[in-house]
Amino acid sequence: MPYIPHTPDEQHRMLDVIGVAGMDDLFAEIPEALRPKSFNLPEGLGEHEVMRHLETLANKNNTRLVGFLGAGFYDHAIPAAVDFLTSRGEFATAYTPYQPEASQGSLQAIFEYQTAVCRLLDMEYANASVYDGGTALYEAMMMAVRHTKRRKIVVDECVNPIYRRMLDCYTSNLHLDMTVVAHREGGSDLKALSAAVDTDTAAIIVQNPNFFGVLEDFSGLFAHARSQGALNIISVYPLMQAILKTPGAMGADIATAEGQSLGLPLSFGGPYLGMMACTKALIRQMPGRIVGRTTDSQGRTGYVLTLQAREQHIRRQKATSNICSNQALCALRAITYLCLMGPQGLANTAMHCSELAHYAARRLLKLPGAKLLSQRPFANEFALVLPRPAYHVMDRLTRRGFLPGFPLGRYYPGLENVLLIACTEKNTREDIGILKELLGGAL
Amino acid sequence: MKTIFEQSVSGRPGVGLRELKKDLTGLIPQELARDGLPCLPQVGELDVVRHFTRLSRLNFGVDSHFYPLGSCTMKYNPKFMEQAAALPGFSRLHPLVPQFRGAGHFAQGALEVIFETEQLLCEITGMAGFTVHPMAGSHGELAGAMIIAAYHKDKGRKRTKVIVPDSAHGTNPASAAIAGFDVISLESRDGIVDPQALEAVLSEDVAAVMMTCPNTLGLFERHLPRIVELVRSVDALLYYDGANLNAILGKMRVGDAGFDVVHLNLHKTFGTPHGGGGPGSGPVGVCERLVDFLPISRVVKLEDGQFFLDYDYPKSIGYVAPFYGNFGVYLKAYAYILRLGREGLIRVSENAVLAANYLRKRLEEHLEIPHNRICMHEFVASAVRQAAKGVRALDIAKALLDKGYHAPTVYFPLIVKEALMFEPTETESLDTLDQFVDDLIAILEQADQDPAAVQAAPRQTPVSRLDEVKAARNLELTDHCGL
Repeated sequence: MPYIPHTPDEQHRMLDVIGVAGMDDLFAEIPEALRPKSFNLPEGLGEHEVMRHLETLANKNNTRLVGFLGAGFYDHAIPAAVDFLTSRGEFATAYTPYQPEASQGSLQAIFEYQTAVCRLLDMEYANASVYDGGTALYEAMMMAVRHTKRRKIVVDECVNPIYRRMLDCYTSNLHLDMTVVAHREGGSDLKALSAAVDTDTAAIIVQNPNFFGVLEDFSGLFAHARSQGALNIISVYPLMQAILKTPGAMGADIATAEGQSLGLPLSFGGPYLGMMACTKALIRQMPGRIVGRTTDSQGRTGYVLTLQAREQHIRRQKATSNICSNQALCALRAITYLCLMGPQGLANTAMHCSELAHYAARRLLKLPGAKLLSQRPFANEFALVLPRPAYHVMDRLTRRGFLPGFPLGRYYPGLENVLLIACTEKNTREDIGILKELLGGAL
Repeated sequence: MKTIFEQSVSGRPGVGLRELKKDLTGLIPQELARDGLPCLPQVGELDVVRHFTRLSRLNFGVDSHFYPLGSCTMKYNPKFMEQAAALPGFSRLHPLVPQFRGAGHFAQGALEVIFETEQLLCEITGMAGFTVHPMAGSHGELAGAMIIAAYHKDKGRKRTKVIVPDSAHGTNPASAAIAGFDVISLESRDGIVDPQALEAVLSEDVAAVMMTCPNTLGLFERHLPRIVELVRSVDALLYYDGANLNAILGKMRVGDAGFDVVHLNLHKTFGTPHGGGGPGSGPVGVCERLVDFLPISRVVKLEDGQFFLDYDYPKSIGYVAPFYGNFGVYLKAYAYILRLGREGLIRVSENAVLAANYLRKRLEEHLEIPHNRICMHEFVASAVRQAAKGVRALDIAKALLDKGYHAPTVYFPLIVKEALMFEPTETESLDTLDQFVDDLIAILEQADQDPAAVQAAPRQTPVSRLDEVKAARNLELTDHCGL
């Protein structure tokens, strides 16, 4: 049997030591009535046979489409060293670092990840990750509910709708009062958001760049929310944070992000990386693992999981969260990616993506009837209004091997004619030229 | 070891540095732009490769060390699974692709993986439906608890309580509480759930009972048929924590045994690597009457053999994940199941249970074993005898690190004093098990003769015992860079 090393002789020796006659005796406690009705699984296959089957399946997916599809999940280039380092067995096959002396590698890497997250988002403390950007936002919201002991949440409609529907799902039994403030032509309605915050509000939740790619400065809104005793939560696109005004500079209390853009493949939706950072005052409300620096019995520097009294294995039903497994290996990908890029490399990549997007917008605006949904500044992604439904264009272009973007009508009734177009450093000016030509032909 | 931030040299270019053809500072308006660059390390590629390679060598993993960590099922992680997940046809696929009209055919292979994985998990567990969306075991528990809440709500009744035995994983009560339930803790008797005690707390307020079987003491819940009967009598649901599924593959299907909801930890039973704490994957299975409440979207197979995403489940609890869960993880589990097949999976459990009982038997004279009878894939010993001489479970754990083993789980379950929980798994050879026992016995003998020596462990690891109190008191969670 694959991966089971025992010879029949060894099995007999072990059974003898145990003092039973056969394997079946080991399962004697399972009553006859509980025995399986069936166990109808295929015969085992050789490694090469499984791989051949999986290659066949992989080839049924078309990943050669030239993509301008983002919507919060981006196809960035990944330096080879990221894969190389994170696939090392000492990292990949370790467990949660409960025994710190045997886990200094994982622990120091997470400590460095926490540091990088704080520096990138300009926040004071970060955890060792949660499942994804949507979970991070939900956990941030629950931090605010616990901290303020209030139940009203104000959410900007410009927050990624994929995350908003996760918030809806998780809060369905929690009796929270969620107010969604509608967008205005792809931008945040700052006045309406401000007006929605009152002294019952636990948190205000916004996003930058927002789902439409628009850049916002929430400093004023955050100052107002703070004056009402609410916490400010912002979800960001971490790679773009190298060049954009930071959550810290705007006065955020909690910053969250989907870390997929930092060296993680798209991988059909996961595993991804939920990043969470907060101010010092909120650290005891933070969910999940946190690594702290300390010293050993000889005064040498070392790292441990800390503040574990927040966690489920100690506090059980009183824990701040039920999160146990996180995304440690994904966090390792992010820290190796950030180290390889360096601050200037990261900023240049963010600029390069933005420059391409601005170039694409200039070119595409020459199409008859095309205009931008928002006149506000954007970075690497923008919403283009077309003279006809975006779905129609999608149909035509996917057939030609092009993914022109994300049709916003899927989440925003009334925006059926709008296409959300994202650029990464993997796109080229030539691709954009072809996109313009094909779009022109489809209109 | 110096942090990567401490190795930074101002102006040293990383590999990501791409020359910009022109000055783009005007691209983002000043008031929306970042003030200066983030303080990230400025190091070369070789610096990065060397630093993280060195860090990796400070770690114990299954690839380098025996890891008998109870409740965690640290078995060998077959390497071909990594190749499978890295196939570009999977790793480069954007999750939104099949959600566009007419674009479903671009992701048929990936949708088939989801469909087939769910089908296989149904057959393995005897459940009617499965979702691969939950991104970790505890996430599966939460999804399961939400399904339970939705079921009762749909029946128009208010059920506020969930019963959890005191031997359960801490995630069980946490997940139930986060789903909005009050948690009732149930005391075990002789290491297992006592039907009478259960009956005493069961009522029409109870939404569900969460069980682990075999439980965290490694014991089979002998009264399971009676427990099922009791739970049915108040129309509550029975939840199965799949953390210990490795013990019963092909021996019991939780669906056949009467469980209504189950979550599985694919990084345990199905050999996907744990990554130092994740990513995991925690699929949830349900019985027939709960299928409508599973999260959306769901993959459906059409008569022509094509797969498509269906969102039309009005009773669904909604979206627990941004897309379809940790695809890259359950893809590996899918490969594992195909590789082992029916016979292989049955042998997994047999040999896992064999190894645990062998270890138990060889250690029974040296450690207290509170419930010393045939165990399943793990067992709990107690260091009370050693503790009387000042050597606690933690000291024994640290001494094992010096001998080149990851420690067993200590101080869990909470109901056993000085608990040491061993789970050898089916993938460790008899030679490894014997050597481990010999080394552990040597530690226990030393504990008897020279307790101070054991208390001083570990000495061979990169750092000696760490001051956790100091870490929590003087919080230092980031390096000093930029401050």
